[in-house]
Amino acid sequence: MKPFKRDLDNPNQIQSYQEMFQEVKNRGEGAFIPFTVAGDPDFDTSIEIVRQYVENGADALEIGFPFSDPVADGPSVQAADIRSLNSGMTTDKCFEFISRIREFTSIPIGILVYYNLIYKKGLEEFYSKARNSGINGILAADLPLEEAGDAVNMASQYDLDQIFMVAQTTSNERISEIVKMCKGFLYVVAVMGVTGARSDIKKSTVDLIKRVKNHTDLPIAVGFGISKSEHVKDVIQSGSDGAIVASAIINIITKNLDDLDVAKQEIGSFCKELKESTKNR
Amino acid sequence: MITTGKFGKYGGIFVPELIIPALEELEEAFLRYKDDEKFVEELEFYLREFAGRPTSLYLAKNLSKKFGCKVYLKREDMLHTGAHKINNTLGQGLLAKYMGKTRLIAETGAGQHGIATAVVGAMLSIPTEVYMGSEDVERQKLNVFRMELSGSSVIPVETGSKTLKDAINEAFRDWISNVENTHYLIGSTMGPHPYPTMVKHFQSVIGKEAKEQILQKEGELPDAVIACVGGGSNAMGIFSGFVDDTAVDLIGVEGGGEGVETKRTGATLCKGSEGILHGSLSFVLQDNDGQISEAHSVSAGLDYPGVGPEHAHLKVTGRANYVAVTNKEALRGFELLSKYEGIIPALESSHAVAYAEKYSKIEENKGKTIIINLSGRGDKDMFLVAKEMGVEV
Repeated sequence: MKPFKRDLDNPNQIQSYQEMFQEVKNRGEGAFIPFTVAGDPDFDTSIEIVRQYVENGADALEIGFPFSDPVADGPSVQAADIRSLNSGMTTDKCFEFISRIREFTSIPIGILVYYNLIYKKGLEEFYSKARNSGINGILAADLPLEEAGDAVNMASQYDLDQIFMVAQTTSNERISEIVKMCKGFLYVVAVMGVTGARSDIKKSTVDLIKRVKNHTDLPIAVGFGISKSEHVKDVIQSGSDGAIVASAIINIITKNLDDLDVAKQEIGSFCKELKESTKNR
Repeated sequence: MITTGKFGKYGGIFVPELIIPALEELEEAFLRYKDDEKFVEELEFYLREFAGRPTSLYLAKNLSKKFGCKVYLKREDMLHTGAHKINNTLGQGLLAKYMGKTRLIAETGAGQHGIATAVVGAMLSIPTEVYMGSEDVERQKLNVFRMELSGSSVIPVETGSKTLKDAINEAFRDWISNVENTHYLIGSTMGPHPYPTMVKHFQSVIGKEAKEQILQKEGELPDAVIACVGGGSNAMGIFSGFVDDTAVDLIGVEGGGEGVETKRTGATLCKGSEGILHGSLSFVLQDNDGQISEAHSVSAGLDYPGVGPEHAHLKVTGRANYVAVTNKEALRGFELLSKYEGIIPALESSHAVAYAEKYSKIEENKGKTIIINLSGRGDKDMFLVAKEMGVEV
């Protein structure tokens, strides 16, 4: 891993999504993007978990800010949100968390939030703090394009990527509208449902990847229900530029709460395995 | 979406992308059928023959004498299943049937909306599942049994605070996974568009009837209309009949819990701030970071940290006033109506009764005509009230 010291006056040191996806593509790979909730199960352990991601092949990071009522998430992420909030995480501490990650990596960092966290803080303050902490992209899980005008403007003002989701239920017409607003990459929801580990990747996911690809040149990353290396391999081979893995990694934390060193080790080797499976594009 | 579903700045569709097509489909169906002759006729039939409409507007003469005001009660407590909730569940249940949905899901706190959904599911032969916080399941065993008798399954929710807001989260998650065959029957004027507009539409029968009745009895409009506000559906229902008559004061009464100044309160409009919960921008009880707080009220129906977005709009435009009464005051309202009129109100509605007494004590309100929306009856609250009164039942 390259040592990295962030220089605030030189934002170019942070890799953009565009650069990262291009670089990964040039290597004939897909991007491996692991997710965790900032501060799960506590601030310091969570930093160490992210370090495992970075040291074991993550091409970008997806960091969730904990929320009390995460309607788009299944039980694994919900429980992680609660652990994080109980450990004392606040929105400002989440930004501090990102700054700490920026001390050791330059890969793109996207955050996954619920819109009330942004709204309550005030859009200007939230986006400016996001920019200053070293975030690349912001995805608000409950902010569809109809409500996203202010956020998109603020993102462009602070040179951040506002990221959107598309799902199997999204019509072609809607996909065309969404890709007009979306920057960085498009988050493709693999399953009909909330986040959570699942047993297999359905044909409908493969069809969706192809459908989305017909509408945009933006890189796409598939998330929700991607829980093992075969899934990662399947979505990359089906044409996705990246794979986002969340609940399956969080489940390792949940399982090992009484021995977090074991959790870190297991996460490290799991990440290595997941990254390997992105290498046959 | 065909319309934006905004009330001023409030409302909207703050939901994950997966649900959007279901909201579009629902909005389209609602707009198509709400004035459709066959649909309207069928709904009116069920409201009359199954639910027991119209409800009377009853002059409470003993209470009027005590308060020094002319007090009318809109008797939603007389409806099948004991509350106004059935107006909405009949409307949405029938709409789901017209849409070809084969499964209903609903959330419930105390169980009133769950029961109103369960009986409609039974009557229309649509399988129904009700999400209920596991704490509420424990507290409301009798209502769980009622729902199960009507053929519904009750799913206890173990996440978060294990109460109403978590039941709503879980129902949303279910809907996200099953949008194709399932209708999510939301029980109040909350949630993403089109729910606040649609639920108001199905509850507006209360205001329509009340207006006709008061004009017939008094020959003029009332001075004030008073209703309790949790999510806000009974209040929106009765307010809708009078909102254009600006001389009529509209007063929403929130569950103050142990006091608006304490943490144990459900007074979202009185104490909360702007925020986004369960799909719409409105007022919410939250901390400085926007994490949602837990609400508290002796009445489970008012124990919710959000409120319908149209109420937020009526508040900031000044068209309606929102006040809070405490648990203790509500219990006094409960006893007053029971003792003076022989009508045992739901604890929710008792908040409106309690505020009516406060209203009547203001000198300039002497002799005024008021309508209290008696949104439900108190049978469900017997054990709780007995306990509060120190009586063993």
